Amino acid sequence: MKKFLASTVAASALALMLGMASVRAEDAVDPNAKQGGAITITYKDDVATLDPAIGYDWQNWSMIKSLFDGLMDYEPGTTNLKPDLAESYEIAPDGQTFTFKLRHGVKFHNGREMTADDVKYSLDRVTNPKTQSPGAGFFGSIKGYDDVAAGKAEGLSGVTVVDPYTVKFELTRPDATFLHVMAINFAHVVPKEEVEKYGADFGKHPVGTGAFKLAEWTLGQRIVFERNADYWHKGLPHLDKITFEIGQEPIVALLRLQKGEIDVPGDGIPPAKFQEVMADPEQKARVVEGGQLHTGYVTMNTTMAPFDNVKVRQAVNMALNKARIIQIINGRAVPANQPLPPSMPGYDKEYKGYAYDVAKAKALLAEAGHPDGFDTQLFAMNTDPNPRIAQAIQQDLAAIGIKASIQSLAQANVIAAGGDKAGAPMIWSGGMAWIADFPDPSNFYGPILGCAGAVPGGWNWSWYCNKDLDAKAAEADSVVDPAKAGERDKMWSAIYDKVMEDAPWAPVFNEQRFTMKSARMGGADNLYVDPVHIPINYDNVYVKDVQ
Amino acid sequence: MIAYLGRRLIQSLLILLGVSLITFALLYLLPADPVRQIAGRSATPQTVENIRQQLGLDQPFAVQYWHYLTKLVSGDLGRSYIQRSEVTELIVSRLPASLLLMVGAILCELLIGLSMGLIAAVKRGTATDQTLMVASFVGVSAPQFVVGLLLLYVFAVRLSWFPIGGYGTWRHLVLPSLTMGILGAGWYARMMRSSMIDVLRQDYVRTARAKGLARSAIIFRHALPNAILPVIAMIGIDIGIFMGGIVVVESVFGWPGIGQLAWQAIQRVDIPIIMGVTLVSAFAIVLGNLLADIIAPFIDPRIKLR
Repeated sequence: MKKFLASTVAASALALMLGMASVRAEDAVDPNAKQGGAITITYKDDVATLDPAIGYDWQNWSMIKSLFDGLMDYEPGTTNLKPDLAESYEIAPDGQTFTFKLRHGVKFHNGREMTADDVKYSLDRVTNPKTQSPGAGFFGSIKGYDDVAAGKAEGLSGVTVVDPYTVKFELTRPDATFLHVMAINFAHVVPKEEVEKYGADFGKHPVGTGAFKLAEWTLGQRIVFERNADYWHKGLPHLDKITFEIGQEPIVALLRLQKGEIDVPGDGIPPAKFQEVMADPEQKARVVEGGQLHTGYVTMNTTMAPFDNVKVRQAVNMALNKARIIQIINGRAVPANQPLPPSMPGYDKEYKGYAYDVAKAKALLAEAGHPDGFDTQLFAMNTDPNPRIAQAIQQDLAAIGIKASIQSLAQANVIAAGGDKAGAPMIWSGGMAWIADFPDPSNFYGPILGCAGAVPGGWNWSWYCNKDLDAKAAEADSVVDPAKAGERDKMWSAIYDKVMEDAPWAPVFNEQRFTMKSARMGGADNLYVDPVHIPINYDNVYVKDVQ
Repeated sequence: MIAYLGRRLIQSLLILLGVSLITFALLYLLPADPVRQIAGRSATPQTVENIRQQLGLDQPFAVQYWHYLTKLVSGDLGRSYIQRSEVTELIVSRLPASLLLMVGAILCELLIGLSMGLIAAVKRGTATDQTLMVASFVGVSAPQFVVGLLLLYVFAVRLSWFPIGGYGTWRHLVLPSLTMGILGAGWYARMMRSSMIDVLRQDYVRTARAKGLARSAIIFRHALPNAILPVIAMIGIDIGIFMGGIVVVESVFGWPGIGQLAWQAIQRVDIPIIMGVTLVSAFAIVLGNLLADIIAPFIDPRIKLR
């Protein structure tokens, strides 16, 4: 068996020793970090649940990461995978068997040690239809998944407990994304006894192995996390306490930040105040800017005339003045020319895309048999700034003769129209756009550009289905050997270049993230725009004013 | 009286049943699919269908409604789709905040509205009267989110007299109560003014004046008690307007009541919560109206309940 040992764990013999975990852990801790202190973070919307099998929101995503751990995680502030609850892993040469060695001495918040049985239980639970997990589909490559999803089996036959510290996964196909899947929240490890004790209310009484534990939850008002003193990752977390105040409008949160009452407004800087903040040097100094794995795009329904003609779709790509559209959101984005965002592996730096060219767009439309343009509809979500962006797109389209009427609707209704084959000719994705679940190029394909998503109720709103590309995608994802990652990224670049040739989307921009923090907050900037711990990495930040 | 009460109770129950049916039907007809909201964007069709089945959302409308009603009768409002908690628990935990806000708002609107109406009536036809009536008109027409943000900016941000949103102390209560109260105060000022003017035209007031009683004694001891009663009876009806306002005001001030709960649920098509809050609000409105009708004859003996 060929072994791919995790790079951070040099020798497998040493890895079994308890000390190993902490040596490696200590390395990752910021030497300037101070221990202690409390911070306050605000959010507008209620925290729905802290159950890792269920939570899938902006505000609870990172909270769950701080309460629970998975076999894998990422180096703080980056998209580099590293073992977390696993100490090391092996991948069989066929890419279909993954064996993880677990850390010893990792304890749940209730004091019990976490073992391989818990890993198996957690995955059986998340895939069980009774759990109603939105993330169940991520585990589709594990052997036995189909039987569990169909209710024919209680557990995944592909997950085996070898011994208390070894768990083996057998897959039905080689899956290069599997290590990422082991890092998403849905794969985080939960203790069976606590889940059974609280039943459906486990999400309100979360017990994990994470850096923080839940101390208080006053529904609709406040959630308090306190430091897990027994956390296996020695030296973390730095903060003693985090208070999340719920129900605060972003504008109110910003005012409170300015008065020093809170430390991070979780929903970011409200668009109406953005220029004011950035114009003030004192406030601007406390803003951290970073990329995010997001692309905003216009989908064109490739099954509806006249968008069934590739020339029309290419013409739309050339008609959009992306620089002007970005001005509408105060320049908080970079123009996009392909589906993948620049910080995603597989992003094609060489690809030039469709340049803004009204004359050429008009010529293409004429070639397609629409010299005078046509009438169509552009769907958009009805919250600011999306209707304004839709208007800018409408004007750009009008310049080449396409008269698009705007359908500005509530989010759920736009999603419903997109999932209906005859529902929406064009959709501006803003407010509902794809943000990657994990930093891998495949995550931008399957549900939104692949044939699997082009089904009623699906997210492939352009109904683009290219069987040849689907096959290429499957081929790329079967390249499991980490040494061939570069080769795999190239395969994905080629897939997206081909997508752009068929132009089911007009990519518009990649949004940048802007997080604001109080002056007392410390830690590297990339922790505040962490690509995975969204919006911020609670485990690694600290405050500077503790003694 | 008992027959009247019985009839009114049955009517109230029918109204609530109607509200539940209409809301349930509207939510059912919504193009947005709640299961897609629960399942999230990465779910496979299999996951979506599993969830639909688990929640019984694959059943025909009549069956779904019947299930809802039978559970409702035993006080079970179901579980939130998104939060996965009992709706009853969510509403009960937020109800005290909304009730507190309601008390604060009613105090504000009575205090401001009644005094404005009283002054306007006494100074009828003068510039004071006109100014007050214009002010009341502005109060009635101003959108509550504008009033709320304005009050926040002036009294919390600029002057720092009150905290910027949140919940906990009496200081947190002032601005949201005022925001809610300003709307009601406008109505009360207008009602109080006309009621007072009516009373001031009565013969007994003229008699009192002829007897040489002091102006303040006439207004406060003789006219006010009679003028104020029909206005007070309006509080019951006020609950309806109040229920509409809490959605906005609670969101602006981060007030953890049922209005905020409803707003968040609407955005995410969390049907059990929307149903629950709608029913609780409808119940409050029906109860308010019922109480207003029942106390009316005690306030004004000319009204008879039949």
